Amino acid sequence: MNIVVCVKQVPDTWSEKRLDPEDSTLDREATDPVMNEMDEYAVEEALRLQETHGGEVTILCMGPDSATQTVRKALSMGGDRAVHVVDDALHGSDAVATSLVLARAIETIDAVDLVLLGSESSDARMSVVPAMLAERLGRAQLTFAKEVTVDGPTVTIKRLTDDGYQVVEGTTPAVVSVVEKINEPRYPSFKGIMSAKKKPVQTYAVADLGIDPGEVGLSGAWTSVESFELAPPRESGRVVTDDGNGADRLAEKLVEFLASKKFV
Amino acid sequence: MAEVLILVEHADGEVKKVTGELLTLAARVGEPSAVFVGDGFDTARATLAAHGAVKVYVADDPELSAYLVAPVAELLSALVTEVSPAAVLLASSAAGKEIAARLAVKSGSGVLTDATDLSADSGTVTAEQQVFGGSTVVRSAVTRGTPVVTVRPNSVAAVQATGAAERVEVSVELTATATAARITDRVVEDRAERPELSEAAIVVSGGRGVGSGENFTVIEALADALGAAVGASRAATDAGWYPHQHQVGQTGKTVSPQLYVAAGISGAIQHRAGMQTSKTIVAINKDPDAPIFELVDFGVVGDLHQVVPALTEKVRARKGGP
Repeated sequence: MNIVVCVKQVPDTWSEKRLDPEDSTLDREATDPVMNEMDEYAVEEALRLQETHGGEVTILCMGPDSATQTVRKALSMGGDRAVHVVDDALHGSDAVATSLVLARAIETIDAVDLVLLGSESSDARMSVVPAMLAERLGRAQLTFAKEVTVDGPTVTIKRLTDDGYQVVEGTTPAVVSVVEKINEPRYPSFKGIMSAKKKPVQTYAVADLGIDPGEVGLSGAWTSVESFELAPPRESGRVVTDDGNGADRLAEKLVEFLASKKFV
Repeated sequence: MAEVLILVEHADGEVKKVTGELLTLAARVGEPSAVFVGDGFDTARATLAAHGAVKVYVADDPELSAYLVAPVAELLSALVTEVSPAAVLLASSAAGKEIAARLAVKSGSGVLTDATDLSADSGTVTAEQQVFGGSTVVRSAVTRGTPVVTVRPNSVAAVQATGAAERVEVSVELTATATAARITDRVVEDRAERPELSEAAIVVSGGRGVGSGENFTVIEALADALGAAVGASRAATDAGWYPHQHQVGQTGKTVSPQLYVAAGISGAIQHRAGMQTSKTIVAINKDPDAPIFELVDFGVVGDLHQVVPALTEKVRARKGGP
């Protein structure tokens, strides 16, 4: 079974994110780049499926030159090869354009049975690209999976819902997005890190994928930021500490506060 | 005036609160029309009318609900072609965002997710979003196609309005792509009769400080006294103390309730990303240096295992309940 795993490089969640005043895109210079955490679970799931079902695992990444770091990180976990779409024209691409680029890149890879990806990126947090990819590829959308089972051509997932889960079934080729309760991603081994350096990485510019550079990036985006500003900081409130009178006294102050706000 | 389509969120006709909020926002942009998929329109009708729905497009073919997300996107896409709406609004639920995603690709339209407000100025729809855990407010517009916008529940107050809620039957011939992912079972793990997390006006969340799954009964008791939903930090769901679907924060739900009570939650940036836009924030934590206290309107430095049960008693007493 051949699997493509899409990975995205994002700012470290711990770093303070801000928008670039010039073009209203995420200021990536200001943050430490890492692989989107949820995508690590997708890589792990792909490697586990490969262990059971065989086939090749291809890492696919759209991102600037510096995203090579994320490509190598994924390859050091495992996988056979990578495709990196890198092009200055991609800067500022919206989700619709991203899904176009990923779909065209997937079409360059032979006999893909499964496309795996994280169910959201930690920077944009839209959770739309997996559904857009399924739409563009005309494949089964099996998203928000907390469990994936493959039996011949049948792919079954447990999709996380508000009060439990749905069992959703499709046939390969399918697009599967995963949530972080699905597995525990492995750490790259020393051997993995060394061998990742020798694994083939195919790079494409958008024109190589038959996409007009004007369709992607900031100018090709179907949405535009009109303005942005920092939200006013929250006014610091009142903090009370146990003054020796114990929990009952604290609870009394708390309930008085809630009553003053009409919550009780 | 152009129609604005909103997708009704409901369970067998029991309309979710966010639907009223969508109708309220739709009225700012044009004439609100609801799209109702599934059974239960007769139950839903009064609520939709009371929030100003002029028309309700009803698609009750069970096939639409037998497959994941894609059929509803095809229905909406067909409606977009037919009525040329000024915008399509959906709730920012997992499915709502995915339907929006597919609709955007299908109809060649830009999509904005997690809007917290919406305005229309000379035909341009502008959505406000709070990004990076609420630290930045962004105003964006869709520049191509029909604006497709998902709206975060609890962002605006639903207003009462009078609409005819006239039923208009609609159907769509599903493509092979739309029927590629069949829903074979729906499993409810969470049978507690509490408000749904993303819609609740009050959320009480527990974190690492709760200490065990059994101890979550303390959190649940306060939630029940306040009529609140129960949330959990990632530390608590990773430890298996509480089900994943209750997780608040990055990789979990983003909530924006009137009141958020964080008990035993330190307030790491990942958690804050999911609750920072709550209107009023209260925290109980024994560590006075916990970052959650930077956000609070009212904070208590103390042991949640004592403070929360005491608070529950006092809330019950004030409410005159048992």
